[in-house]
Amino acid sequence: VRIVAIRGGWAVRQRLQNMGLHPGDFLVVKRSAALGGPQLVDVHGTDVALGRGMARNVWVEAAP
Amino acid sequence: VRRLAPGRARAPALTLVLAGQPNCGKSTLFNEVAGYRSVASNFPGATVSYTRGEVRLLDRTVALADLPGVYSLTSFDPASRETQKYLLSGSADVIVNVVDASVLPRSLELTLQLLELEKPLVVCLNMMDEAERKGIRVDPAALSLRLGVPVVPCVASRGRGVRRLFGEAIRAARRSVRDRSLPVSRDVERVIQSLHRRLAAEPPGTFSVPPRLLAVKLLENDPDFLRFVPGAALRREAARLRRRLQAAHGRTADAVIAAERHALSMDLAESSSRVEKPARSWRDRLDDALMHPVWGYACLAGFLWLFFQGVFRAGTLIEGPLLEAFARISVHLSGGSAGASPWGAAASGALLGVGGGIAVVVPFLVPFLFGLAFLEDAGYLPRVAFLLDAFMHRIGLHGIAVIPAVMGYGCNVPAVMAVRILESPRDRFIASVIASGVPCSARMVVVFGLVGAAFGPLAAFGVYALNLAVLGAAAAGISRLLPEAVPGMLLEIPALRLPALRSLWVKTWLRLKDFVFYAWPLLIAGSALLAVLQALGGTDPLNGALRPLTAWLGLPRELGLPLVFGLLRKELSLIMLSQALGSGGPLHGLTPDQAVVYTVFVVFYVPCLGTLGVLWRQIGRSRAAIVTGLSLALSLVVAGAVRFALAAF
Repeated sequence: VRIVAIRGGWAVRQRLQNMGLHPGDFLVVKRSAALGGPQLVDVHGTDVALGRGMARNVWVEAAP
Repeated sequence: VRRLAPGRARAPALTLVLAGQPNCGKSTLFNEVAGYRSVASNFPGATVSYTRGEVRLLDRTVALADLPGVYSLTSFDPASRETQKYLLSGSADVIVNVVDASVLPRSLELTLQLLELEKPLVVCLNMMDEAERKGIRVDPAALSLRLGVPVVPCVASRGRGVRRLFGEAIRAARRSVRDRSLPVSRDVERVIQSLHRRLAAEPPGTFSVPPRLLAVKLLENDPDFLRFVPGAALRREAARLRRRLQAAHGRTADAVIAAERHALSMDLAESSSRVEKPARSWRDRLDDALMHPVWGYACLAGFLWLFFQGVFRAGTLIEGPLLEAFARISVHLSGGSAGASPWGAAASGALLGVGGGIAVVVPFLVPFLFGLAFLEDAGYLPRVAFLLDAFMHRIGLHGIAVIPAVMGYGCNVPAVMAVRILESPRDRFIASVIASGVPCSARMVVVFGLVGAAFGPLAAFGVYALNLAVLGAAAAGISRLLPEAVPGMLLEIPALRLPALRSLWVKTWLRLKDFVFYAWPLLIAGSALLAVLQALGGTDPLNGALRPLTAWLGLPRELGLPLVFGLLRKELSLIMLSQALGSGGPLHGLTPDQAVVYTVFVVFYVPCLGTLGVLWRQIGRSRAAIVTGLSLALSLVVAGAVRFALAAF
């Protein structure tokens, strides 16, 4: 999927950008943990665990 | 690289500093040159405070500092603030930017910001082997040309390229530095330039940071940098330019700058490396299993079981013959000099301390620390954090708090220090309750030496499970009392690595050394002291004073003192136990039930002095006192409950 926008306050934006998640980037959701745990996404070849609360700030669209 | 031994030196002429993103191998590099003094692990945030060392490099002495990893110069937690402060203070002569070649685009974002510091910079292109495995071929020369600084390919874990890297770093110190920041796209660059010029027009010495860096960070609206700006006029100007960027791009100024930096580093990475489609490796397949929603948990349970079995089997294997040997020696000695005099008693007590250290502590400690080092270096801990995040949310924390908790199984002191990777003071408080309550390797010795010896490894595992359940309940209780929104998890999951045997041994030794030099002398002295007290008849009143405690727990009267000695070091309470009850193995003279109650009490009650000291520093005096009181109360309640439960069956 492709990131459309990142919502949230200044700190949330900065932190996501630090991990390499920017609007316009492609990411692959690899799997999610049990019981509503975090999701594992692949951005630029690194695996990043995104908690649900964090992931809710990342708006995506289906990749073309 | 062997020649780069740590040197005993006069004031070093040069300060080199290692900076880079988390988990890029800074500590590995540091250890490679400075001798093993910094603990490197395969998870982000292993280094929480910086380590300094003095090193002989190419016939001169330089100071080398290993900083906590940061993703950028904007900081969110105390560890990265430490790095930011150090870098901005300008006390480094040369910055060695360690870059993980396997994630080049993201790593270069930090490099771009370090360039803006206007300090001599050398890029260490680390983990070249890892990158090649991923199908990434980086051309250091091309990258160096674009960045305008030396780029040295390295594999720090094998010491490859390290010598050349530091040669370049020392040469770089002599070169003068100009502003080498790379321009971003035109209109954004114009805005940066305009603020840059405005800042540079101030009288020199107004700012302690380079004006371009300050300009960029002001546009990003970083509150840490606002304090460098005196006067409201400049702040207003920055705010005006921020609004201009926002109006032109339709998103906030910080997002605009981040996007520009991102695009620039992507471009740099693409122009200097070729990416081939990597083959699906065994790591990917292994990861599929390890992080699977069902199998992942099965694996976790399996690993823990294997781990405890391994520690127990290896421990008993060594313990038996050692104990026998010591029993023979002590019989021999006490036969020679009848221990009637206080001196004789002191000698036999001290001998018991020496023997207890070797025969009881070491057999369990070594395999345990080794196993923990293996899990750390392989990169399993962040995966545990991923798996347990949902569970940790139930008790009001997030998955990252698993890391200090797991480290606590080795030693509570580094575990309590590791709570710094959490952001909010409340999270840190709860995490330190867990980190200091988790049975460390010293308490593990008691668990295995008493419960394990009496009932086997499964019972020892049960004590651990009980501990975890109680701590979980306590943490959940505290987080009810201190409600706060828990921030979402955001954690890089590093690639699995097969740990190098050498670094595992070194890490085990590093932690074992702590026991040998710090705890063992205490053990011997404590044991001798107890023997003398016994010989002089001084133990009785003291044990009498502690009688309410031992009575509540249903323990023999003589155990009052050993419990108190556990305050110094937990393994003391095992050694002193055998001292108090007479030699012949720690189990001698205790019923199995009493052994269990004793163990449970020791596992839960007040952390040792070392941990108390760190707690005090990390979360403050009053909170450390709360943690201590809480653990005392818990231990009394739980051990009492266990006693009556056992009596009922």
